Amino acid sequence: MIEVSHLCKSFNGVQILSDVSAIFEEGKINFTIGKSGSGKTVLLKSIIGLHEIDSGNIYFHDRNFTTMTINQRKEIRKEIGMVFQGSALFDSSTLEENVMFPLKMFSDLSYDECRERANFCLQRVDVVGKNHLFPSEISGGMQKRVAIARAIALNPKYLFCDEPNSGLDPQTSILIDNLIKEIVREYNMTTIINTHDMNSVMEIADKIIFIHEGKLWWQGDKESIWTTDNPEVNRFIFASELTKKIRVLYEK
Amino acid sequence: MGRVFTKPDDAKVFRENVWKEIILIGYYSIVIVLIISTFIGAVITLQTAYNMTNPIYPDYIIGLGTRDSVILEFSSTIVGLVLAGKVGSSIASNIGTMQVTQQIDALETMGVNSANFLILPKIVAAVITFPFLGILSMITGIAGGWLAGMMSGEVPSAQYVYGLQYAFIPYYIVYSLIKICTFGIIISSVASYYGYYTRGGALEVGKASTTAVVNSSLIILVFNLLLTALLL
Ligand SMILES: Nc1ncnc2c1ncn2[C@@H]1O[C@H](COP(=O)(O)OP(=O)(O)O)[C@@H](O)[C@H]1O
Ligand SMILES: [Mg+2]
Repeated sequence: MIEVSHLCKSFNGVQILSDVSAIFEEGKINFTIGKSGSGKTVLLKSIIGLHEIDSGNIYFHDRNFTTMTINQRKEIRKEIGMVFQGSALFDSSTLEENVMFPLKMFSDLSYDECRERANFCLQRVDVVGKNHLFPSEISGGMQKRVAIARAIALNPKYLFCDEPNSGLDPQTSILIDNLIKEIVREYNMTTIINTHDMNSVMEIADKIIFIHEGKLWWQGDKESIWTTDNPEVNRFIFASELTKKIRVLYEK
Repeated sequence: MGRVFTKPDDAKVFRENVWKEIILIGYYSIVIVLIISTFIGAVITLQTAYNMTNPIYPDYIIGLGTRDSVILEFSSTIVGLVLAGKVGSSIASNIGTMQVTQQIDALETMGVNSANFLILPKIVAAVITFPFLGILSMITGIAGGWLAGMMSGEVPSAQYVYGLQYAFIPYYIVYSLIKICTFGIIISSVASYYGYYTRGGALEVGKASTTAVVNSSLIILVFNLLLTALLL
């Protein structure tokens, strides 16, 4: 379980997140949705400590991350896997080296064991026979898979994905969504995914929080989101003709 | 920047990284250093020869002049400035790209001290490889002068070689290597700094790389003056 309590974050005096509190339950796929620029990435980066927050607390299973020293945080970091928006693979390393990297740095495994584990993870995300290619030599969807493989290499308790299907076609997106879902269920990871893609949400969400202008505006699940009368949520999810039609069907 | 100079997370990975950087920073700079030093040595010899046509100057003075100019000044400063361009821009764009594509965020999320992980191996590799490049530059510079003198018929080989040995002060080499080492530290740290603090996208990476080259060149010139005043 991850708990965010009264989190505030500003950059150079500009308030980006104001008083955000939310609970992300263990083993659940939690979605943070909202418009571009609403503060989803800042929230995620604050949770994993890439941004120092102004006030509030972040708990990983009752462990207060906010008050920890760098070395204490390191222990938590080993339990975290993160898939960045642009995949963030190390471009001067091969795919296999990318996945081996956290293992070499943070596990006690021998070189061969690291390779074995890396290959297992690559197979798990269906990237086979491409170990010695470089990130620039594979497609965006494939890069996302490798990023997922790298994120799960250390068998983390927590998985974070920032816009895991941005830049992907709808079909590939759904494959990635379902891959995430399978892996999360298999290893019981507490997951937070940022997206503005309602397809993803409908595909795999257990819980949804809606961020608007840096505030937590609404939370619920993928059933209640269609029937809420929160105007901002409505504006967000019924932005497209497709979703408007779905709403009509729902109301029948 | 204090985070750069801490104990690396994993000694083995650190050694691997230093080795990679030695290849990138040192090995891949050999050819350019050879070419530039040969030409500079050649030009110094010919210019000295053309300016010393008066018979009161002995011929060996040309060898001596080339030796001292190359060792004292050209090997260190020119190599420093050329490598500020070549090594500096590559370090800044490499780290800058990692910053804007979130590879540095990825390192930090895993719990890696990214400043230490990325920058320290580069500084260590520069300190190790730059003196070798300097020695290489001295040798090829002097050899280039010898070749040019001989091929143009301006400086007889025996006179040149005699001049090389005449009143030789070994401390000049030490002085020059100290300078080159300092320039190595300046280039690798200044370029890393501008790379690491790049924000934005590809455009900013290009800017960081240019700023890194310009500023490390300027700092090299200032330190060249300071070290000359201090050490000679
Ligand atoms: N490092 C930063 N410095 C200053 N402002 C930032 C920084 N990161 C994000 N912001 C600002 O915070 C706001 C929210 O950004 P972000 O969380 O990236 O939005 P999104 O919901 O699209 O992920 C934006 O207005 C952005 O300009
Ligand atoms: Mg974002």
